Amino acid sequence: MNILVCISKSPDTTSKIAFTDGGTKFDENGVQFIVNPYDEWYALVKALELKEAIGGKVTVISVGDASNDPIIRKSLAVGADEAVRVDAADTDALFVAQQIANYAKEHDYNIILTGKETINYNGGQLGGMIAELVGLPYVAMATKLDLVGDLATIEREIQGGSEVLEINGGFVLSAAKGMAEQRIPNMRGIMAARSKPLNVIPPSGGESHTSVVNYELPPAKAQCKYIDAENAGELIALLHSEAKVI
Amino acid sequence: MSIVVFVSNTKGKINKAGLEAICYAADVAKTSGDSVTAVTVGSLEGDGGAGVYGASKLITGVSVNHSDSNQVTNMVSAVILDECASMIVTSHDNDGKQVAPRLAARLNCGIVTGVTGLPDTSSGFTVKKNVFSGKAIAQVSITSDKKILALLPNSHGLHEHGGTAEVSEWSGAAGTASVTVKEVKVVESNVVPLPEAELVVSAGRGMKGPENWGMIEELATELGATTACSRPVSDIGWRPHHEHVGQTGVAIRPNLYIAIGISGAIQHLAGVNGSKKIVVVNTDSEAPFFKAADYGIVGDAFDVVPKLIAAAKAFNASN
Repeated sequence: MNILVCISKSPDTTSKIAFTDGGTKFDENGVQFIVNPYDEWYALVKALELKEAIGGKVTVISVGDASNDPIIRKSLAVGADEAVRVDAADTDALFVAQQIANYAKEHDYNIILTGKETINYNGGQLGGMIAELVGLPYVAMATKLDLVGDLATIEREIQGGSEVLEINGGFVLSAAKGMAEQRIPNMRGIMAARSKPLNVIPPSGGESHTSVVNYELPPAKAQCKYIDAENAGELIALLHSEAKVI
Repeated sequence: MSIVVFVSNTKGKINKAGLEAICYAADVAKTSGDSVTAVTVGSLEGDGGAGVYGASKLITGVSVNHSDSNQVTNMVSAVILDECASMIVTSHDNDGKQVAPRLAARLNCGIVTGVTGLPDTSSGFTVKKNVFSGKAIAQVSITSDKKILALLPNSHGLHEHGGTAEVSEWSGAAGTASVTVKEVKVVESNVVPLPEAELVVSAGRGMKGPENWGMIEELATELGATTACSRPVSDIGWRPHHEHVGQTGVAIRPNLYIAIGISGAIQHLAGVNGSKKIVVVNTDSEAPFFKAADYGIVGDAFDVVPKLIAAAKAFNASN
């Protein structure tokens, strides 16, 4: 069973968020980049668990320039067998989905996993788009996946709970918390990652219909108003008369 | 022309996030002169509230499996064609997330998810969306003729437009089924689900143990709020996972978020920084959460929370 895992580069969760060039570019100065956590912890590790249980190959794919290579090597160190980088700017989700779908079709992948969203753009679009472009079922926000032969049992979050779905044959899913546990690569994995294949391929077609015009930071919070713990009950009156939320 | 709104159907009702998406579309339609057509899976009680919030038509797909994104996309794209729609709105909730991106690829059009405001058409077409887990806002331009907007729940609000929607059944073919629903596990509860809650009382490790949650639940009940928790608390099993708010859990934007015994790690803030008002109760006056708070109480939860419960009871009795 060969599995394709889509990974994206994102700033570390503790990064300071700032913008340059008149608010049009993310300020990368001093920012540590990581594999988008949902892609790594949930999608990639789940793919590795499946491979360990039933055999096959795990390929990671990423769309971006050479600055993506460190996070691709990290994914190989965690345990992916090989990597592909489509050498193009990731202009928007549809463009990225078209690149990945083209690769998946050409190489007959019919199980494709990705994280529920990236922590920088928070789009949550990629999986559904790939599913449409390759013609497979799609499950968003999946928290569990079991494979027995061609039968996949997938649990996904729905309003107020979850539901269990069955799909016979290939599928695309976006993974959320619960799918797997983070793995820390060991020294052997890190060494092995250096010699695993990382194929850089040119983009194939694709178009973008969206672009970020500019970024802004949310308005600064007003100073916190402190209430003495002895008179904590005063808060309720303030929430009513001043904050007007109750 | 019309704006098509895809809404999810929870037991015969449109969820609040869906009604908000209809209301958003109706506000766009007011300036563009369009009408609003809502489309959902399964049947609803009456028009499910679609009319009051601004839809003039409601189309129900009774033969469509709501968990099969391909079938839902078949129906929604057929309705878009019938209605000559160029704008499609949905909520960025669990069902919207499963359908909207697939629809964008089918229509080969631009999509923005997590939208927080009405479009700006003064120069081209742009909308604002949350990025960097709520730590920034991006203005995104869409250049295709058709446009899909997935609205972040609790970002537009609900107001009535009046009227009722004319209900009709979708007569098209849903297409081959590829997904089977084996089991639905929904916790029966009268409490508003977290993503839709306007008032949330949340607690963390400062509560010292699951046996102390009684007072958190009591405060939530008095305020009519939904309970939530921090990641460590759900990870060690003090509280169920669906209560976990934060970067990896549920992201929420209530009107009021009360955080009790939560220090306010950056990953927790990422899930709650859209809250309109934040109250922080913590013994540590240096807790980072106070920097994001509107109201702060430096004190022990075991001393402060009973006082809040008493005040909330008195408030309820006099209002």
